[in-house]
Amino acid sequence: MTPSGAEFIRQIKSQITEVDPSEVAEVIGNGVAIIDVRETDEVAQGKIPGAKHVSRAYLEQRIEGAAPDRSQRVILYCAAGNRSALAAKTLEDLGYEDVSSMTGGFTLWKDRGYEWEKPFQFTPDQRERYSRHFLLPEVGEEGQRKLLQSKVLLLGAGGLGSPIALYLAAAGVGTLGIVDDDVVDVSNLQRQVAHATDRVGVAKVESAMQAIHDINPGVEVKPYQTRLDASNIMEIISGYDVIVDGVDNFPTRYLLNDATVRLDIPVVSASILGFDGQLSVFKPHDGPCYRCLYPVPPPAELAPSCGANGVLGVLPGTMGLLQATEVIKLVIGAGEPLIGRLLLYEALGATFTELKVRRDPECPVCSVDPSTIADEDMGVFPDYEAFCAAAG
Amino acid sequence: MSVTVKLPTQLRDAAAGNAAVSVEGTTVGEALEALFAEHGELRERLFQDGELRRFVNVFVAGEDVRYLDGLETAVPAGGELTILPAVAGG
Repeated sequence: MTPSGAEFIRQIKSQITEVDPSEVAEVIGNGVAIIDVRETDEVAQGKIPGAKHVSRAYLEQRIEGAAPDRSQRVILYCAAGNRSALAAKTLEDLGYEDVSSMTGGFTLWKDRGYEWEKPFQFTPDQRERYSRHFLLPEVGEEGQRKLLQSKVLLLGAGGLGSPIALYLAAAGVGTLGIVDDDVVDVSNLQRQVAHATDRVGVAKVESAMQAIHDINPGVEVKPYQTRLDASNIMEIISGYDVIVDGVDNFPTRYLLNDATVRLDIPVVSASILGFDGQLSVFKPHDGPCYRCLYPVPPPAELAPSCGANGVLGVLPGTMGLLQATEVIKLVIGAGEPLIGRLLLYEALGATFTELKVRRDPECPVCSVDPSTIADEDMGVFPDYEAFCAAAG
Repeated sequence: MSVTVKLPTQLRDAAAGNAAVSVEGTTVGEALEALFAEHGELRERLFQDGELRRFVNVFVAGEDVRYLDGLETAVPAGGELTILPAVAGG
């Protein structure tokens, strides 16, 4: 005789392990994967903090994204403890070694007064727009939420800044600040793809804002039509999660380094010349800073600019998108960011070279207590005046 | 022993336009001296008072020679020496 549905669930429950909410409350955060197997609209009403959502309908297909290690302890919950019992059986069949189902589900959890949270709500448009991100376990809903709540500042809306702005906007970075005091020139359009022929003469920050909103109107753009200097840097960069350095001069790069070390903001840095590009991530105190790598800038005659020496139009695209990738990794906390490493790209030879960058224990900026970095010392380096004068 | 020295864009005009130069040498110092013997203009660009200028970084097998043995750092036969200057273009 075939069993009733209720009897079937009862039989399954006798074959799996069940845990009380009190035990779950104790083990949260201790390397246990807590999985919410309810439907999306149920999870939207509230969930256990830190729980990952894999609805039972997609369990077999998506569990490996949420709990890749089959020996890890996994606790499943649903609304009342029935669906999670069935899901626990499925995971055992899939080879998970330590699976249990929480009795009473989220209803009992809430009734007992344990902590819960209302998860970030995606709009239907966001669900559709970012659906390819949701499918990646490394991004998923959690990563997309982080992107939507992130604030990224782009220094320069030029060769590097243009592709970065477009792709970070497309990826759903919530707030994009853009600092640039320049206007679009026709000679920019060989590489600065955020601008357009009919926007020649328009401020680059305005032009970039239009391009960003064309691709994703949900992004908040903060335009700063100014040149970053010692008088405005702290005010402009405070509050940003990541800063993307694509500026075209040394004084600003040093100033930015010193200010970001003081404020503890990571910088994704790239520079380009001719057919060559450099890329690194300077995360204060986790790795070296810009000054550890380049304690002093080269003299002006050895520091040619793209304006004077030319640059392959595609190169800032290549380097800018590597920067955008590092930004996303930092925001969502995925992968191995390029901290303490420098990537050298040579377009003509089609080679990438990875170089190690070490933290200088005697670095004048990142080896000292950040709060002791004085305003008047930021961005200052030996022969600063002479350098700027020579650079003209 | 032959060593390849990779030159960045801004130094190539002083090296007859070459992006890489093959020289003889068993240490960074020897390899650079051999490079200067061929392309004399590079000496002043890279050296000051017999030392590497502070804005010039030289890497052997991905490691900054300042954290190895400086100009005395050994370069294996067929090894690669990368000269990395600061660049500000954006």
